[in-house]
Amino acid sequence: MPINSKVSSANSPWMNSDGPDAGIVISSRIRIARNLAGVPFPHLLEPEKSMEVINEINKALESKEAVDLIGNMELTLMNDLSPLERQILVDKHLISPDLLNSFQSKAAAIRDDEAVTIMINEEDHLRIQCLLSGLRLKEAWEVVNNIDDGLERTLDYAFSEKLGYLTSCPTNTGTGLRASVMLHLTGLKIINQLGGVFNAISKLGLTVRGLYGEGTEALGDLFQISNQITLGQSEEEIISNLISITRQILAQEQEARRVLYRERREVIEDRVYRAYGILRCARILTMEETMRMLSDLRLGLELKIISTVQDKLINELMVKIRPAFLIKTAGRDMSKRGLDIARADLIRKEFETGSIKKDN
Amino acid sequence: MFCEKCNQRPATVHIAEIINGQKQETHLCEICAKEIKIHGFGFFPQMNLNKFMAGLLNGDFNGSSYNTEGKVCEKCGVSEGQFANKGLLGCGECYPYFEEKMLPLLRRIHGNTRHVGKIPERKGGRARLVKEIEIAKRQLKEAVGHEEFELAAKLRDNIRQLEKNLEEGGEG
Repeated sequence: MPINSKVSSANSPWMNSDGPDAGIVISSRIRIARNLAGVPFPHLLEPEKSMEVINEINKALESKEAVDLIGNMELTLMNDLSPLERQILVDKHLISPDLLNSFQSKAAAIRDDEAVTIMINEEDHLRIQCLLSGLRLKEAWEVVNNIDDGLERTLDYAFSEKLGYLTSCPTNTGTGLRASVMLHLTGLKIINQLGGVFNAISKLGLTVRGLYGEGTEALGDLFQISNQITLGQSEEEIISNLISITRQILAQEQEARRVLYRERREVIEDRVYRAYGILRCARILTMEETMRMLSDLRLGLELKIISTVQDKLINELMVKIRPAFLIKTAGRDMSKRGLDIARADLIRKEFETGSIKKDN
Repeated sequence: MFCEKCNQRPATVHIAEIINGQKQETHLCEICAKEIKIHGFGFFPQMNLNKFMAGLLNGDFNGSSYNTEGKVCEKCGVSEGQFANKGLLGCGECYPYFEEKMLPLLRRIHGNTRHVGKIPERKGGRARLVKEIEIAKRQLKEAVGHEEFELAAKLRDNIRQLEKNLEEGGEG
């Protein structure tokens, strides 16, 4: 299936909220960085050389050895996609924002179930990622590990016995592994405990980022927590460390919500219904406000205050309300105000057409 | 006066801003003020990783100043200076070329300079053997500890074979 078929729908299976603890641990992601031995890293490559890398990896992907292990994955040049299509893939978390820069020399393959992406000439020659709903880091690692094995059957990786996989940035050297979870931490935010949690996390070799990775802000109380250390720890250690800390944060978030709901029931209910009311009726909605309201709605859903929406829809809306999808749906470019109006229209329609069930 | 943001606590922090010649005052409680300071500009300010790395490369204890060009990787032509500017190495060969600077840098980033994770099947022939021997030796020790001598004998033979393979040039 060509990659552009993956931009027609905002949904991606990781949004289906069917993984363990997916109400709070929205998704789990594993990605590894690999490079070809003897070839300069992507940022140094002339366009011609970049194409050679793409071709070489494509050959490996099509080789019998790889297909046997990982099935068919079809590469698409980033250049063959429109800017909107590229942006929607980023918004869906299927490719990284880095693929938007110098896209002429980059390519990606996305598995039909959208759980696996192979990116070529990102910061490293190869980035393999697996994205799943809920807390499923181990499963994601198995998938990525398997694809890595399949490709290594024919590709020569830049690897050193001492330093492990050699990457273009020394922050990835060693395992080249970044494991991350996306968490919805509204309860801890409300009781003002996020600072403490993040502080503790940073002391354990983990880092916190916003929704779209490095340098992005934390919209809608969504945070990505990931390992920072890639050298001197095995993949299994890194992953079980992150799982154990995620479980602890999860427990704290659940506790915060329980206490809030017990002690401040009216305030929380008011907050949830206000969000519901605004989303249902507003005529102008900024990105930031919408994400905040969706966050409150998600909280209401988890606390069983409302049952009129589903997690899945909230996850999809997070993509649908972003400028790229709104512009694609409208078929024309819009001003910021135009986008805010289109966003409010879209959400109202979702309520009316019953994809959000009517409140009883 | 109550805090303008939460309306619950007394305002103790007074912020005056002048925008287009208009003075604007905001009165906040300490808690909300702290929140604005932390969250008001998006997320935690992202510091420039490359700048950090340049700093780390520079960070000799005795304060010796950093040579802006330094050594050049013979394979890809990237200099230490270029690496410090961009934060990216040029190729896999840069690692051994810049080893002297890279090892302290890696230690600062990861607290370690030794890979203990996955070893690729084909490429890592030798490293894989070394790791297998390490694991088998550990198992041997455990087997002896549990007085499982039959298993221990098997493991010992296996280790001998692996060590022989290693001596004979690596490919297992």
